[in-house]
Amino acid sequence: MDDLPLIQIKGIRDGLLVTLGQAPWPDLLAALAHQVETQPAFFQGARLALDVGSCALRVAELSALRDQLSERGITLWAVLSESSLTEATAQNLGLATRLSKPKPPQVQEVSEAIPAEAAKWVRGPLRSGAKITHEGPVVVLGDVNPGAEIVAGGSVIVWGRLRGVVHAGAGGDEKAVVCALELSPTQLRIAGEIAISPRKQGKNQPEVARLVDGRLVAEPWQA
Amino acid sequence: MAAKVVTISSGKGGVGKTTSVANIAVALAARGQRVACVDGDIGLRNLDVVMGLENRIVYDLVDVIEGRCRLRQAMIRDKRLPELYLIPAAQTRDKTAVSPSDMVRLCDELRPEVDWILIDSPAGIERGFKNAIAAADRVLVVTNPDVSAVRDADRVVGILDAEEKGPALLVINRVNTDMVKRGDMLSVDDILDLLAIDLIGIVPEDENVIVASNKGQPLTLDTKNRAGQAFQNIARRLMGEQVAFLELETPGLWQRLLGRKPR
Repeated sequence: MDDLPLIQIKGIRDGLLVTLGQAPWPDLLAALAHQVETQPAFFQGARLALDVGSCALRVAELSALRDQLSERGITLWAVLSESSLTEATAQNLGLATRLSKPKPPQVQEVSEAIPAEAAKWVRGPLRSGAKITHEGPVVVLGDVNPGAEIVAGGSVIVWGRLRGVVHAGAGGDEKAVVCALELSPTQLRIAGEIAISPRKQGKNQPEVARLVDGRLVAEPWQA
Repeated sequence: MAAKVVTISSGKGGVGKTTSVANIAVALAARGQRVACVDGDIGLRNLDVVMGLENRIVYDLVDVIEGRCRLRQAMIRDKRLPELYLIPAAQTRDKTAVSPSDMVRLCDELRPEVDWILIDSPAGIERGFKNAIAAADRVLVVTNPDVSAVRDADRVVGILDAEEKGPALLVINRVNTDMVKRGDMLSVDDILDLLAIDLIGIVPEDENVIVASNKGQPLTLDTKNRAGQAFQNIARRLMGEQVAFLELETPGLWQRLLGRKPR
C-alpha cells in the first residue's frame, strides 16, 4: 500500500487523529479519501483532528476538505500545523488548532461519555417506586428519591439530589460514571461493582463516582 | 353547590388517616359545612369507631353500590353535628366488592347533598387505594416524621401524579418537637425537601388524640388542644383561608399566664 506512510490514523480521547505525511496536498487528499472510502463504517460519525505538518493551506482548500468530510458524516474539528498560514486559516474556519489539554480528564470524559441523542432525559423528582431503565446514558433533571431506581447502560447524571439506587454501565461498561449535585445514593453500582455511600459529613458538593482500578471512588464534580 | 371530594391517603398504615378524616370532617362541619365521610377501607372499617357511630350502622357502602338501599339510608348522621354524615365500609366484604367507577358514581350521587366528601383510603396502593382516589378532586397525603412513612408517602405522591390526581397536599402528623430538636426525628423541612409538595397541616403528637379516638369523640371540638387546633387549621385551609402554621414550640410563660391561644 503506497499511501500508508502518507496517512496515519490513531484514536485519541477526542476522536480520531489523522497525521498526514510529506507529499503534495492533492496526493494527501486522495489518500485520505481512499481511507474513508474503504472503511466507511470506521469513519462514520467520527470527530477528526488533522495534523497537516508543515503543509501551508488556504481557506478554499481547507473548507473544501471539511465539506467533503462532512458529506461522509465526518466532523473535522481541529487542524494542527507548524505553518502559521494554515493555523490562521483553520482559525478563520472556526476550527481548533490544538488538541485540548489533557488537564481535567474527569470533566472531558463525562461530557464525552454522554452523546445527547442516545441519552434518556427524565424530569424529576423520581419518587419511591419509580424505575428508569435505559440502554444508554440517563440524565435526570431533579431529585432521585430513596426507593427510586435507575439502571443505565451508560453514565448517569442527576441534576439534583441522588438518594435512590443507581446502576451505571449496567451492561458492563466500566467507563460509565455517576454524577449528581448531591451524591448520596442508597446504593451505587458501576458495571459489576457495588458500593454503599458513606455517611455524609460537611457540606454537600457535586460529585462524580467512577471506577478506578476496580474500586468505586467519588470525587468533586468540577466543570 | 356541588361538593368537593377530598381523599385522605398515606401508603403506610397507622399514620393517622382515619383520625385525620374524622377530625377534619368534624372541623369542617363545626364551621357550618355539610360533610359526608366515606370509609373506603372495606373489610377493615374503623372510621365509624373513631367517630363513635359504630352502633348506628344499618347499611354500608357496599349495600349502596349493590343497590340494597338508597344512598340516604346509608348516611349516618353524627351525634353532635347535624350536617355531618358517615357512609361506613362493609366489614364482611373486601376491596373487590367496589370498583373505581362505583366510587365515581357514588360520589356523583352524593355531591349535590353536601359541601365536602371526605374519603378515608385504606393503607397500601392496591385496589382499595385506587377506589378511594378514583373520584377525588384533591388528595391529602398523611405522613409521620419517620423514614418509612415518608418513603411510602413519596410512593403515593408519585402514583397520584401518574394518575393525574396531583399535586397532593401534605399532612405531617404526630410531630414530636422534643425529638426533632434532639435530631431523633425528621424535621418538617426534611420531609418537605424530599416530597416537594405543598403542606396543608402539621399536627403535633398528642396522646389525647388516641384517647379521643377510643372514645369515639374526635378532639377537634376541644379548642384548647393543639392537635385539635391543627386539624381545625387544615379544615380552614381546605376552605381557602390563609392560616399560619402552628408554632410547634410549647407555649411560652406569658402566653400561658395570659391564657392566650398560641398561633
